[in-house]
Amino acid sequence: MKNLLIAVTLALLIFGFYQAIYVAPEEATIFYYHVPSAWTAMLLFFANFLASIAYLIWRSPKSDAWALAFAEAGVVYCTIVLVTGPLWAKPVWGIWWTWDARLTTTLVMWLIYVAYLMLRRFSEGQQTATIAAALAVFGFLDVPIVYMSIRWWRTQHPQPVIGGGQGSGIAPEMKFALFANWAAFMAMAAMTCWFRYQIARAEQEQEHAAALESLKTVEVH
Amino acid sequence: MTLWAATRANLIKDLRLEWRSKDALNATGFFSLLVVVIFSFSFEPTAEEARRIAGGLIWVAFLFAAIIALNQTWARELRHHVLDGYRLSPAPASALFLGKALGNFIFVAAVEAITAPLFIIFYNLRAVGDASLLILVFLFGTWALVVNGTFFAALSIRTRNREVMLPLLLFPISVPAVLAMVQATTFILTGDDSPLLWIKLLIGYDVIFTTAGLLLFPTVLNAE
Repeated sequence: MKNLLIAVTLALLIFGFYQAIYVAPEEATIFYYHVPSAWTAMLLFFANFLASIAYLIWRSPKSDAWALAFAEAGVVYCTIVLVTGPLWAKPVWGIWWTWDARLTTTLVMWLIYVAYLMLRRFSEGQQTATIAAALAVFGFLDVPIVYMSIRWWRTQHPQPVIGGGQGSGIAPEMKFALFANWAAFMAMAAMTCWFRYQIARAEQEQEHAAALESLKTVEVH
Repeated sequence: MTLWAATRANLIKDLRLEWRSKDALNATGFFSLLVVVIFSFSFEPTAEEARRIAGGLIWVAFLFAAIIALNQTWARELRHHVLDGYRLSPAPASALFLGKALGNFIFVAAVEAITAPLFIIFYNLRAVGDASLLILVFLFGTWALVVNGTFFAALSIRTRNREVMLPLLLFPISVPAVLAMVQATTFILTGDDSPLLWIKLLIGYDVIFTTAGLLLFPTVLNAE
């Protein structure tokens, strides 16, 4: 499982890199990294929401471990989006940052999930999973409201490139490179989440064992 | 015990405790007075500029004041294991949440009622738009801060750094609500545009998060 994931991810990353750098038209190469990261981050946050709901219903520590893995990976990809965005915006728009709907929503999303990770870090014991899941639900409910509110406030981003209605869309070879990189980023996300999940499970088992151990000591004395 | 009776009992208990100690009101009221004074030193606007920025300043002051009030809200329930007692009682958990949120709403609204006139005096404000709509903005805006704040305060008392955690959770989630409050207030003061869209957004935000809070609070109360 582990080796297969690593092999697939590496192959896709190399293929995506080749498509983006050598095959696709030579403009805005950062596009092939910025957009796939954004989609991947979105999906990871959505997966975190689903895992949190699953935890609230079934109370399985596995769902909690998944929620943690998805949130951490989501914050990493969201950070990539927030770093590559201004790098791309500066030459194209002439400014680093603008308070437009998708930029601002991404920033607020990043803030929400960093707050989520902080809450996890600063709480202890069994309750962590429950209160984190509750916050995840609040955070995910907030994202569409943020998006709508910023859109009413001001917007400047280009219309969504894929599925943005009439006149949207990109050259086929660009689209292929884009989706190749998206596949690579999704594979990388799946890989990191899988590893993080294993670590989270190991930590849970360790805590469980420590709790049992302390009970034993009480019995002896 | 019905939801309403339990909510009322919780609310009356909180109001009575506050009436006797006046902890939250004193601290929050004095704090927002300080913020108003500091802002007056930091920004020295003309009448026209004051109208444009007052909406933002006033809500930042209220946001900080609300944090101070909200941080104390659950602390007194930890003493003598009141929350444990509540868990054992047959009263619905959502009533505790609703009672607390209503109580906090009354405290924060009272502080706002004292601070807002000070803002008007220090900044020589005069609304160009329909000033009666400000009441709606303040009611729905304050509820938006307080309902989420009460919920997140219940999360943050379970962490190691209680007081610090609340703003870290509340600020990101409150971004759309703060934007709506500030925009609505600014539009009413300047008369540039209609604030109705933003008031509607606030109402929607209030409905969504009040529902989420009521549904999830029992889970949080019983998380151990």
